Amino acid sequence: MNFVSPDLSPAFAEMFVLGMTCLVLVVDVYLKDSQRGITYVLSMLTLLGAAAITATSGVVARELTFSGHFVSDPMGDVLKLVVYATTAVVFMYSRDYLRKNDLFKGEFFMLALFAMLGIMVMISAGSMLSLYLGLELLSLSMYALVAFQRDSAQAAEAAMKYFVLGAIASGCLLYGISLLYGMTGTISLSGVSAIFSSADQFNIPVLFGLSFVVVGVAFKFGAVPFHAWVPDVYQGAPAAVTLFIASAPKIAAFALAIRLLVDGLGDLQGGWQDMLVALSVLSIIIGNLVAIVQTNIKRMLAYSTISHVGFILLGILTGSQEGYAAAMYYAIAYVVMTTGAFGLIIILSRKGYEAEHLDDFKGLNSRSPWLAGMMLMLVFSMAGIPPFVGFYAKLTVLMGLVEVGLTWLAVLALVFSVVGAFYYLRVVKLMYFDEARETGEPEAALDIRVLLSANAALVLLLGLFPDGLMSLCIKVFQ
Amino acid sequence: MMTGTPLLSLLIWVPVLGGLAVLAAGEARASLARWASLAISLVTLALSLLLVAGFDSSTSAMQFVEMRPWIESFDIYYQLGVDGIALPLILLTTFITVLVVIAGWEVIQTKVAQYYAAFLIMEGLMNGVFSAMDAMLFYVFWEAMLVPMFIIIGVWGGPRRVYATVKFFLYTFLGSVFMLASLIYMYMESGSFEITSLYALPLGMNAQVLIFLSFLAAFAVKVPMWPVHTWLPDAHVEAPTGGSVILAAIMLKMGGYGFLRFSLPITPDASRELDWLLIALSLIAVVYIGFVALVQRDMKKLIAYSSIAHMGFVTLGFFLMYAIVDRTGSLGGAAMGLQGGMVQMISHGLISGAMFLCVGVLYDRIHSREIGDYGGVANTMPVFATFMVLFAMSNAGLPGTSGFVGEFFVILASFQANFWFAMLAGTTLILGAAYTLWMVKRVVFGEVANDKVAALQDINRREFFVLGVLAVSVLALGLYPAPLTDLMSSSLDNLLNQALGSKLVP
Repeated sequence: MNFVSPDLSPAFAEMFVLGMTCLVLVVDVYLKDSQRGITYVLSMLTLLGAAAITATSGVVARELTFSGHFVSDPMGDVLKLVVYATTAVVFMYSRDYLRKNDLFKGEFFMLALFAMLGIMVMISAGSMLSLYLGLELLSLSMYALVAFQRDSAQAAEAAMKYFVLGAIASGCLLYGISLLYGMTGTISLSGVSAIFSSADQFNIPVLFGLSFVVVGVAFKFGAVPFHAWVPDVYQGAPAAVTLFIASAPKIAAFALAIRLLVDGLGDLQGGWQDMLVALSVLSIIIGNLVAIVQTNIKRMLAYSTISHVGFILLGILTGSQEGYAAAMYYAIAYVVMTTGAFGLIIILSRKGYEAEHLDDFKGLNSRSPWLAGMMLMLVFSMAGIPPFVGFYAKLTVLMGLVEVGLTWLAVLALVFSVVGAFYYLRVVKLMYFDEARETGEPEAALDIRVLLSANAALVLLLGLFPDGLMSLCIKVFQ
Repeated sequence: MMTGTPLLSLLIWVPVLGGLAVLAAGEARASLARWASLAISLVTLALSLLLVAGFDSSTSAMQFVEMRPWIESFDIYYQLGVDGIALPLILLTTFITVLVVIAGWEVIQTKVAQYYAAFLIMEGLMNGVFSAMDAMLFYVFWEAMLVPMFIIIGVWGGPRRVYATVKFFLYTFLGSVFMLASLIYMYMESGSFEITSLYALPLGMNAQVLIFLSFLAAFAVKVPMWPVHTWLPDAHVEAPTGGSVILAAIMLKMGGYGFLRFSLPITPDASRELDWLLIALSLIAVVYIGFVALVQRDMKKLIAYSSIAHMGFVTLGFFLMYAIVDRTGSLGGAAMGLQGGMVQMISHGLISGAMFLCVGVLYDRIHSREIGDYGGVANTMPVFATFMVLFAMSNAGLPGTSGFVGEFFVILASFQANFWFAMLAGTTLILGAAYTLWMVKRVVFGEVANDKVAALQDINRREFFVLGVLAVSVLALGLYPAPLTDLMSSSLDNLLNQALGSKLVP
């Protein structure tokens, strides 16, 4: 047996990020606290370099390398670019916040970069093994990030919960994978796919393995009934970490679902469709209903995330290319909206005080009409009101559903988005209709203000001209 | 007639961008915001007059058509156009907005720029609703409009404004999501969101009934029809005067417009099948809500209920055609019902706007909307009293005012359909007179009721101008409605053909 050196070029971006992250790790050790800005700049350069590599790779078709463990395709490239951008935005929003709370340490950037590397590996996974490795790299970095504020008991508790439940979910996923391996004799996703396309699909062991895989995916998404960790982790983690957890890993979860369920188990669609129907319906119903009674905005956004996840799953379960494209569009739109919302929480936070109560938004319009206007756009977008991007995200998913004849699901999702509108409206009510509890404009550096404005403007622009991103998402699934 | 300038786009984007500019200028200079808003709304009015000047009323085809690809992945176009049905409503929108801007001049003292920006943005969006010829574009404008209205009621409204505005938002949002589901379904059938291609799409009876009902959910809430009207009294009462005027004068018309643009031509067979439902709901609105209006103690609430009753006439007129054609075969009678409904929409836009402005004038002075707090206003505000009595008379349908024309057409048409329809519809002449004139009697006439009324100052020149312009319009439309009816007659005839045809799959 000859050893053939694999073609490394499709994985340049991953290798670059790994190398740079190690460099950040080493350099950071020699920096004084006052020089921590260098770590920040290096991290940003890492993202920039990775973006340049991915953007210029020019992948037009699916390429496999590392004996099929690594796949590079247009969908992966688009998702990776979104993840770089998201991580960069997270770093920019977080910088001041971390400094104010004495959390401006190299570990934050290093862990986030490792988590991002995990996401990249998941996006490009060509086999169940690389998928799992990516997932663990992401999860372990995340556990550490949540616990990153060492003196906070709340954060420690959240990290503990996240770790225990996450480990169970990983175990479920791994068990499911092992069952599938046992039945097919291969861990390569294309190999699994080839076997299921010819074999008798629905026997009990296959469904058994499939259920465990779906449980793992659902946990990573935070879909009901595997959502218990989401609100606690969102609330317990420092706002900067919550911002990261709420954004980029959802892209990872989407990639996980597509790689496993579509690339690998696409022929079992009849099997996982029903499971996803149950998951998405429960997520949309419970997410929207429970969000109504929250008084903590991080928890409220956590439940709102759960309902958004329901929509992403709705797109995936259609089993059609249009549906996958819709789910991808939804996931990207969700990330854009959610970074903005958490960005505003970060702006409103002060040293040692998290602006995590809904009441902290009271009278924001009197304190800063500009910030309130930006939040207004973000919130209405999340509620799915046109002309903001959230509407088109919902629209594409619903069109995918109607196309495959699942009109009842579309109507149900629509009705619950009306229920969901209620708690989004409450945020607007607090900002616009209520008296402010404190006066004075929230302090925020100019670059963060510009960033938030750009973020909200993107929500509007993607809504006014939705075609660019939409056709991109459709193209990568053709 | 096709002109080079994209007039309809200007009608949408001049106010929207102008509103954003006013918003961006900030609150620092309130008077600048006022004058800028006035200028923008006047420019928009001028643009809509250009539209009327260039309009060819002899054809039912869409005019001033603009078409650009917008979301190519789903064949959604930025497609605009007006016909004789949309044009009067656009004119009403631009006209009323100018008056609302003037009416808020000294009244609004907090967050002035935001107030005016909200109204200007809403004007643009409303023009968009009336000129969109792509169903998805229509839906985008239709929903986007909720945002500024939500803010207007919530920020500048009365004591229970939060309850009212959330209720308003959720009610209308819930209604319209069903419409969205139908639009998506039809897109899957026809491959297009263009309204004209939806007209040509054959649909089975079951599909038509479901689509019709989903449209009904969206439009009935907006009109509003009994029993989904309950958001309206709350929203009207709590909204600031300008908000009430826009709500009553224009937003309610969108429901009526929706029936004409979507329900009747897209689902003609279902409309024929279910016309009894619409007629029944309309008659309930006319009679029952008329009685409800009679017992109101709050002036704004009374006018709100009166709006529901008057809008009942609109929907009654729209859906009489099947009964008329079945019974007499007279197309003229059917057309009269439609025309009556349309005239009633425009006329109600003017009258209800005027009535809310009258209440606003009183409210600005005494800060009460209770009828019981007034009495003998005519003694201290004679000029104002003249206006109020005039508008009340036209609300009650006095011949010579615009309120008479529409009601008269609809009642005449309903005689051809069924005597009892006409009989019930006719009760409005009694009920409308009763609740409106009784209110006027208690507020305007009699002895001066209390010190506050005794201290009232008559209307100033700004208020006189606003009410005067409306009074002239109400009288002009009442004495000589021909220009309006000519404008829309060929479009309505075309609609009648579509609505009486069949789209069932052979």
